[in-house]
Parts: sequence; C-alpha cells; structure tokens
Amino acid sequence: MNYRGPQRVRIDEKPEPKILHPEDAIVRVTRSCICGSDLHLYNGNVPDTRVGTTFGHEFIGEVIEIGSEVQKLKVGDMVIVPFNIACGKCHFCKQGLFGNCHESNSQATAVGAIFGYSHTAGGYDGGQAEYVRVPYADVGPTVIPEGMDPDDAVLLTDVVPTAYQAAEMGGIQKGDTVVIFGAGPIGIMAARCCWLFGAGRVIVIDKIEYRLEFVRNYANCEAYNYEEMDDPVVFIKKTTDWMGADVVIDAVGAEATGNLMQTITGRKLLLQAGSATAAHWAVNSVKKGGIVSIVGVYGPTDNLFPLGNVLNKGLTIRANQAAVKRHLPRLIEHVQNGILNPKALITHRVPLEDVADAYHIFSEKLDNCIKPVLIPPTAR
Amino acid sequence: MENKTPKDYSHIKGWGIDADPKNDPTYPMKHRTDAEHEGYSWDRPTQQPIDVEVLHSIERPNVTAVFGTSVPPSGLSGMIRRFAFKHSENSYLHWLPLLMADRVNVVEGVIEDLGKGSVPNIFAEKGWKADWEHNRTGLIQKVGILALVTTAAVVLLTRKKD
Ligand SMILES: NC(=O)c1ccc[n+]([C@@H]2O[C@H](COP(=O)([O-])OP(=O)(O)OC[C@H]3O[C@@H](n4cnc5c(N)ncnc54)[C@H](O)[C@@H]3O)[C@@H](O)[C@H]2O)c1
Ligand SMILES: [Zn+2]
Ligand SMILES: [Zn+2]
Repeated sequence: MNYRGPQRVRIDEKPEPKILHPEDAIVRVTRSCICGSDLHLYNGNVPDTRVGTTFGHEFIGEVIEIGSEVQKLKVGDMVIVPFNIACGKCHFCKQGLFGNCHESNSQATAVGAIFGYSHTAGGYDGGQAEYVRVPYADVGPTVIPEGMDPDDAVLLTDVVPTAYQAAEMGGIQKGDTVVIFGAGPIGIMAARCCWLFGAGRVIVIDKIEYRLEFVRNYANCEAYNYEEMDDPVVFIKKTTDWMGADVVIDAVGAEATGNLMQTITGRKLLLQAGSATAAHWAVNSVKKGGIVSIVGVYGPTDNLFPLGNVLNKGLTIRANQAAVKRHLPRLIEHVQNGILNPKALITHRVPLEDVADAYHIFSEKLDNCIKPVLIPPTAR
Repeated sequence: MENKTPKDYSHIKGWGIDADPKNDPTYPMKHRTDAEHEGYSWDRPTQQPIDVEVLHSIERPNVTAVFGTSVPPSGLSGMIRRFAFKHSENSYLHWLPLLMADRVNVVEGVIEDLGKGSVPNIFAEKGWKADWEHNRTGLIQKVGILALVTTAAVVLLTRKKD
C-alpha cells in the first residue's frame, strides 16, 4: 500500500525490498493487520509521514532471504514479526525495553523504530505489502510454533502484547478494580488480560455499542457507553463507592472523541499532539495513589493533560510502546493453552488490493468492524 | 467498588495466573544491568551503508546502525524537512515544519501522479466504495453536501460576475 495524503491510500507497485544490512531478512507477508495506531498516520497526524510510504507494523510471513550475519532464522521459516525494530545490543534492548531501542531510529530519540510508521519512527516501509525488509532478523522475529493458527500469530505482533503490557503496567493486585477506556482491539484484549493479573472487577468504557457488546461477551466484563453518561468520571466514582478505580488504562490515544475542545485542538487544528480526552478522564477517574497505564498513542509534542491532578492525587503513570519480544514466550503459551483466543477479534479479511476500503471501514467503524486483516495475492 | 467478600472467578479462564504481588509502581519494569551508567558505550551492530539521505535527530551523535530507506527527502517538502532537522525534538521548530512538509508533500504527490499521466482516483483512495455497501446514508450525505457546496460556489461565483 502507498500513502498519498490524509485519508488517501492505494495500492502501487514498488521495487522488491533488498538486504541492506548483514542482519536483515526479507519476509514474504502472508497476513497483515490494520491497527488503531495506523489511524494516526492515516489521518495525517504524525509529523514526517511522507507520501509514498507503506504502512503496516502487524505482519507475519515467510523468510525468503537472509543477510550474512543472520544465524538463527532460516529461509523458509514462518515468523511472527514484532512491530518494534530492536537491535538486541543497546542498553535499552538489554533491559528488555525492545520498544525503546537506540540503534534503529535515526529520526527521533524519543521513540524506537516501528515498521511502516512514518519517518518519526525510523522511515521503514511496512508490512501492508507483499514483501518487507526486516532488520535485526535474529532479535525480533519468532518462529510460529507448530500448529498455531496464523490469525492468532498475526495478533501476537502487537495487539496481544500491547494489551498484556497495558495490564502489566497497571500493577494490578488481586481484587483491584480496573477501568479501561477504549473498546478497540487493544482495549478488548486488555480487558481479557486484566483478569490474568487477578483483577476483581473490569470495566470498559467506549461509545460504540457493537464494540461494548463484543467486549462484554469476549472478556466477561462490564462495559458502558460514555455517551449515555453525564460525565464518565462521576460515573466511575459512583460505581466504585466514590473512591475511583485502582487502575485505569488508556487504550484510546490521539483519535479520542468525547470532548469537543480536545477534538478541535487535538484532531482538527493539530495544536496539540492528538486529543487527550481518554488520558484526561483516566487521571480524573483513578483513585488517589492509583496507577494510570497509557498504551494509547499520542504525538511527539504537547497535550492538554491535568498534570496538577497527577501531583495532588499522588498518581503513578506508566506508559510505553509494548516490548513485544519480551512478552512473546508467555503469550504464546497462553494462546497454546487456550487461555487467550486472539483470532476471535478478526472481523474482516480483505484482499490487500482493497486496502483503501479496509482503512475506511476500520476508521469509520463500519460493518461492526473490530480488526481487519489484509491478505496479499501471493498468500491466497 | 473494592471486593470486600471473596468472589468466585472460576468461570474466567486463567484468572490470576499472572498475578504478581511485587509489581507495584516502585518495582522496575526494566531489567537493570551493570551497564546502567556507562553511557553510549555498547558494542554497536554493524553500520548499514549510508547511501541515501537519512535525516537524524540532533539529540544523537550519529545515524543509527540500521535505518529505513523509504522515501528520502526530496523537493520542497524535503527542504522543509532538512530545516526541521536542524532543531531538536524538544522544539516546535522541529515538529511544525515537519507537519507543514507533510502537507506540501501531498501536493507534490498529486503533481507526481499527474506527471506520470495518471489522475489519482481520490474517491477510491478514500475507500468510499466501502460506504456504498456499509454506510449508504453517510455516503449520500457526503455527496449531498459536496453537491450543495459546489452549487453554492457556482451561484456565488456567477453572481459576482454580473
Ligand atoms: N503502546 C503500544 O505499543 C500500542 C500498540 C498498539 C496500539 N496502540 C494504541 O492503542 C490505541 C487503541 O488501538 P486500537 O487498535 O484498539 O484502536 P481503535 O481505533 O480500534 O479503538 C479505539 C477505541 O476508542 C474509542 N474511544 C474514542 N474516544 C474515547 C473516549 N474518550 N473514551 C473511551 N473510548 C473512546 C473508540 O470508539 C474506539 O472504539 C491507539 O491509540 C493505538 O495507537 C498502542
Ligand atoms: Zn498496531
Ligand atoms: Zn537496541
């Protein structure tokens, strides 16, 4: 796929990627997804998103070529490719912070490199394509275990690890009440993961009825529509005996709706780095001394955010791009043992050629869409 | 509401299997190494040959060992991007010009398409075909508004001529 400008994408021919570094591999994509993160690019909100870029950071496929220093991966391996590009050697990678690698993104120090995610995240072409260049092939890519459904595998590149880390960063203790803003793929899977950490009560807030309905069934949790509330913060206070939630997760990020001023300044005029409505609600609805876990993505500049309340309430904020590779062993186990069932989130399978329609459907939340997966012609 | 009485979660597969009482906010998420305070000193991966223009943040001394080669800066948008990269990530003079370059780049993209003799099919690129199947009222509204705006513009323009 080829980005042409805000809300304009299409299919174009590009030269096949080549090995440019001895640790590179070339992967023939068999499945790739569109993610809520892609919507920030699609809407033109991420600085340095160049026309002609190929998006896509959630993909699996077959290794068809390897560089001279690649030792573990072999041609013919089917691999899960984590969305982060990580060298495995820098201090940050050594600490398991694979989303914060220092040797993969020249353009910005404040974000690690991500496939197909603008030049601010490294300027790599992504996986909504037939072939992709995958740097540091021995570090990120993980061979898909025998018998694993490719639809489960493709969701292990981002959705499941991100959702799991959202819950992990919440520092959930047994019995805790957790509120999650956002019932997209990330929020839905996060609701499921909160239980694994022993949450006592899980509440999801969104405004899209079909998604609330889905998460209620999928994650066995409570789900409420904020458009039916006078004020979501008061609603949460009330339902937690006026204390606030122990942990609040922001699984919305920069495209948030629900507050006109945030929407205008954050999404229309780009005066702030996206609309910070969910982060704002999170800070105000968590209990004093509580934890706010942010996985919703915001841009690199500033946001309108109640910092004073963070201070006065003594909050802890934890946030990051998910360190996919760190979580994979445990999450593969969970999928294999039937604890987690990622593929149930996939609602749409679309030929890669129809990428423009898939973006539009996912972006506008049409046709009860939760997660679309793109299938390239070579994989059909 | 805190759960004062123990509840039964047996219907939830895997409840509590990853519970970690040590994971309170002061428990570090990263694995500390003994290299914490040694600065930029690790054994770097091999450098990818720098044979395309790569802009790099002035908050680091070099180009990273690997980098993306997609769409190097070019044209007017490229000039604006080069200017932006003279300023740090801490500065609006970095981010605002980049956003401006992105917009200029869209126009360059259309010119490039026209140069190749193809008019971009904006409706297809916007995925409005999907609206026909899943959001017909929305599509009709959009087209209706477009028609209204066009008619109004035509009326206004023709009036001025009189
Ligand atoms: N940190 C990471 O590593 C990482 C990885 C993947 C995705 N993300 C981010 O997670 C976020 C969610 O991704 P997704 O794929 O689920 O996206 P999505 O667009 O499918 O879902 C977002 C949901 O939030 C809802 N929403 C909007 N405003 C809201 C509000 N004020 N309160 C509650 N809900 C609101 C929307 O209706 C939508 O259902 C995005 O910002 C994405 O960039 C982060
Ligand atoms: Zn993603
Ligand atoms: Zn690294």
